[in-house]
Amino acid sequence: MIDAAAIPRLARGVKLREDTVRGRWIVLAPERMFVPDEIALEVLRLVDGARSVGAIADDLAARFAAPRDEILADVTEMLADLSARGVVVA
Amino acid sequence: MTATAPPLGLLAELTHRCPLRCPYCSNPVELTRVAAELDTATWARVFGEAAALGVLQLHLSGGEPTARRDIVELVAAAAQAGLYTNLITAGVTLDAPRVAALAAAGLDHVQLSVQDADAAGAERIGGMAGAHARKLAAARHVTDAGLPLTLNAVVHRQNLDRLPALVDLALALGAQRLEVAHVQYYGWALANRAALLPTRAQLDAATAAVDAARIALKGRLVIDYVVPDYHAHRPKACMGGWGSRVMAVSPAGRALPCHAAESLPGFDFPDVRTMSLRDIWEGSEAFARYRGTSWMAEPCRSCDRREVDWGGCRCQAFALTGDAAATDPACALSPHHALLDVAVQAAADGGFTYREFARAAPPG
Repeated sequence: MIDAAAIPRLARGVKLREDTVRGRWIVLAPERMFVPDEIALEVLRLVDGARSVGAIADDLAARFAAPRDEILADVTEMLADLSARGVVVA
Repeated sequence: MTATAPPLGLLAELTHRCPLRCPYCSNPVELTRVAAELDTATWARVFGEAAALGVLQLHLSGGEPTARRDIVELVAAAAQAGLYTNLITAGVTLDAPRVAALAAAGLDHVQLSVQDADAAGAERIGGMAGAHARKLAAARHVTDAGLPLTLNAVVHRQNLDRLPALVDLALALGAQRLEVAHVQYYGWALANRAALLPTRAQLDAATAAVDAARIALKGRLVIDYVVPDYHAHRPKACMGGWGSRVMAVSPAGRALPCHAAESLPGFDFPDVRTMSLRDIWEGSEAFARYRGTSWMAEPCRSCDRREVDWGGCRCQAFALTGDAAATDPACALSPHHALLDVAVQAAADGGFTYREFARAAPPG
């Protein structure tokens, strides 16, 4: 379980880049790449090694006018999944 | 005709120069000399054209890419173009300041080769005394610089039994990934095939070792491993399909659908000095020749895997059958599949023909 105070960052060698030719964002890593879904992309764009999980939830809750508790639960689950895939360290 | 989807990767073979002399080198048997290599400005233009075309990942390879004096400039140009940049190196020429300079220039990832798990074996195979210790030091410089490290172990008859020790080495060096790459048999490796092909028993032991290590090291080390062609029933989707995902550029500036494609006869591969990457990718006959499925004959043409493996490797098809448009003999459906078993039976422990720049006639 990832704590709301944890500060996630992209794993070593992982980059989030805009793929302008194909009109999408893409996660690039050693010898692999994948296209994040819309929700993962919103979370990944806020993973900067400075914001906490709670702060990421605050930002998304304000922007999408959604209940903060629900957003926090979604963000936590998303980061756990990205962490298991070696994309983020939380 | 539908528009050709752009490539995802560019393999830039910056030079054929290399201090190692591995007998399975994937460079062509006729190596390009330094005077014919593309200059810095041309490579920088190629990287910019690649990014504009849709390339996301750049692989700087060779030969030994750091044999180029301008390697730091080239990495900077690639980063400037927005490419995710991977250095594929033997590591023997990398000291700490050089690695730090590469990291500062924007390098994203280092793939370091080792020839065996111990110095004696590695240096006999690589043909360079003192190489192994320098590689171990290079690995340390890479992780010290904060760069992700992949260890690349090319495996064959004369080192495959040390696979568990290679896994231990990857862990000890702080690698995140280990690529266990079986030798592919064209060029230099084809000339040394009898000394390099593993036995079925060796291969089964190695596969079991990888399966066990993957479970034991989940979350610590990713291991890439594919069963080699000579013991397989279906071919690999070489390069993800001809002209489909990757463009390679040779040291002299020839654009190739596969880094070994110059072994195929009857091609005039486009020159990046005189043609843009977009025109080469979308308009050249060389990239169109084996793209998709319309070029296929039977048994590929009616096969339900034709868009899975794309007929396998054109270079292997040519090397073994004399016809580059034939089904890759790695496929059990190929009428030439028995050639692979014959080669495995004929393999034996023996010496190598080491890679070298041509003096007179090349081996082959």
